[in-house]
Amino acid sequence: MTARVHARAPRPRSLRARRLVNVAMSGLLGVAAILATLPLLFLLWHLLREGATSIDLAFFTRMPKPVGESGGGMANAIVGTLILVGTATSIGLPVGIGAGLYLAEQRGARLATSVRFLSDVLNGMPSIVMGIFAWHILVRPVGHFSALAGGAALGAMMIPLVTRATEEMVRTVPTALREAALALGYPRWRTSVAIVLRTALPGIVTAALVAIARIAGETAPLLFTSFGNQFWSTSLGEPIAALPHQIYEYAKSPYDDWHRLAWAGSLVLIGLVLIISVLARFVTRSRHGGVGD
Amino acid sequence: MTTVVPAAPEPAEAAPPDGTRTLEGSSIGDRIYRTLTTAFAVAIPVLLVFIAFEVVAAAWPALRQFGVGFLTSSEWDPVRLQFGAAPMIYGTIVSSVLALILAAPLAIGVAIWLSEFSPRWLRQPVSFLVDLLAAIPSVVYGLWGIFVLLPILRETIMPFLRDTLGLGNTPFFTGPAYGNSMLGAAVILAIMILPYISAVSREVLMAVPRSQREAALAMGATKWEMIRDAVVPYARSGILGGIILGLGRALGETMAVTMLIGNRHEISASLFAPGYTLASVIANEFAEATNELHTSALMACGAVLLFVTLVVNAIARWLVWSVGREPKS
Repeated sequence: MTARVHARAPRPRSLRARRLVNVAMSGLLGVAAILATLPLLFLLWHLLREGATSIDLAFFTRMPKPVGESGGGMANAIVGTLILVGTATSIGLPVGIGAGLYLAEQRGARLATSVRFLSDVLNGMPSIVMGIFAWHILVRPVGHFSALAGGAALGAMMIPLVTRATEEMVRTVPTALREAALALGYPRWRTSVAIVLRTALPGIVTAALVAIARIAGETAPLLFTSFGNQFWSTSLGEPIAALPHQIYEYAKSPYDDWHRLAWAGSLVLIGLVLIISVLARFVTRSRHGGVGD
Repeated sequence: MTTVVPAAPEPAEAAPPDGTRTLEGSSIGDRIYRTLTTAFAVAIPVLLVFIAFEVVAAAWPALRQFGVGFLTSSEWDPVRLQFGAAPMIYGTIVSSVLALILAAPLAIGVAIWLSEFSPRWLRQPVSFLVDLLAAIPSVVYGLWGIFVLLPILRETIMPFLRDTLGLGNTPFFTGPAYGNSMLGAAVILAIMILPYISAVSREVLMAVPRSQREAALAMGATKWEMIRDAVVPYARSGILGGIILGLGRALGETMAVTMLIGNRHEISASLFAPGYTLASVIANEFAEATNELHTSALMACGAVLLFVTLVVNAIARWLVWSVGREPKS
């Protein structure tokens, strides 16, 4: 791209005025930076203040209590979220890694270009649409809500995230490595799996963790698929509780006790997401010199 | 979207560069590997087409019965089986555009500050804090919105806009300040899309060549003049792509908006009044829809939302890619 010559007539302004504008704009941009970080700090502060007092051992080990009885926990929702995320990962990860490998290796192919584009488009699809789609093909025919439908919806959302990240990570592997393996007589598939994928592994683990952190907090795809469950359930064929969904139900309710649980649940959810994110950075940094940043 | 023809690059790949076919090169393992990765890659367009097809098919009964009226009518009455989605379409557009107006200047401001002004040691932490906004689950924004943001809007900001600034005379800031409102939804959306716009803008700004900046400075420009005349114009289409990407996010955002917008099927010019969006009507009514036509009408809302966001996202991606860099998610 050639440098763009800006066709703005030079203004007959004094150096003083120009410097003044410069200082003013620098200040304004600095204010924008401060303003942009404030919402997060506010949010985390409120979460800690409202949620921290309600988190104890019982929160993790007990079932929700009926309205009017204080105490109780969200054990079923926490386990439910883990099951849903596990199901989603077992769908989204293999497909995403496979597609990512394809995109990295067939860089110029026309199919690769359109897959890359459509994967980005899929990434931008509203999660509620994924929810009604999963309901339509996995819940309606069976006649009842299930954890499997929820996990599948989340898994489909994971695919584009893992795909694009895998592609990027595989591309950072030097061609010389691949060529060396091929020169030694390795078949292509073993080169890809044992050399290229192996080298890109830390980056892919990071990408997977980031994707998991993203879908763990999703509520909209679960509303009509896994549906929620007041009771203990670990079956893939039954409706199952999930932390974000439970937070939604509690937040809507008129009861103070449930609001308290919603704050505590949010704090746990954010904690989970943050731990996974930090873990993801750590994996890349320790093995890869911070390529994943 | 009809390009689901796999295996095009097959022959070129099967032979090694020297043209001879090695023993291993055509091995069964290679063939399995290539078929498998191609199948996974093809799964993505297939999934997208499948989703679009199924949602439209499920929406068909409602679309056929109401036709264009589905988009233009304001009557949404599950009891009398009349469905018009105009208030939801209006609410989706107004809340998203308002969110963009609030978020875009701030997001671009941070991006410019980070790429041009920030001391090196502050760059990482500040971008991390802004990026972290994207990691907060929607439902947590909703919870925070209900118990922190709405009270502030109701007690401080809305009276301030209406009475102190005297904007109550305009149709946009009138009526009682309930809290649950179009304004509440727009503010939470603005916070939620801020990290997306700023991340894309930051990347394209960082990709502007040094020579571009040095040339401007060498001609005697102040730093701000350099940014305005040399850096931002260069990155313009990428920044625009980031903004449109943010718009796509805002249009489809469900949980936080459902919790804050007030959920009322009415078009009101006032931003203090409650509204509805396509995504939130699905979230609220889908589980309770007992009638086939009601379900179908909600599916039609999903179909409208799907196609609008697909188009918006396609435009955004195209703009970001056209900056001439390696495509990046």
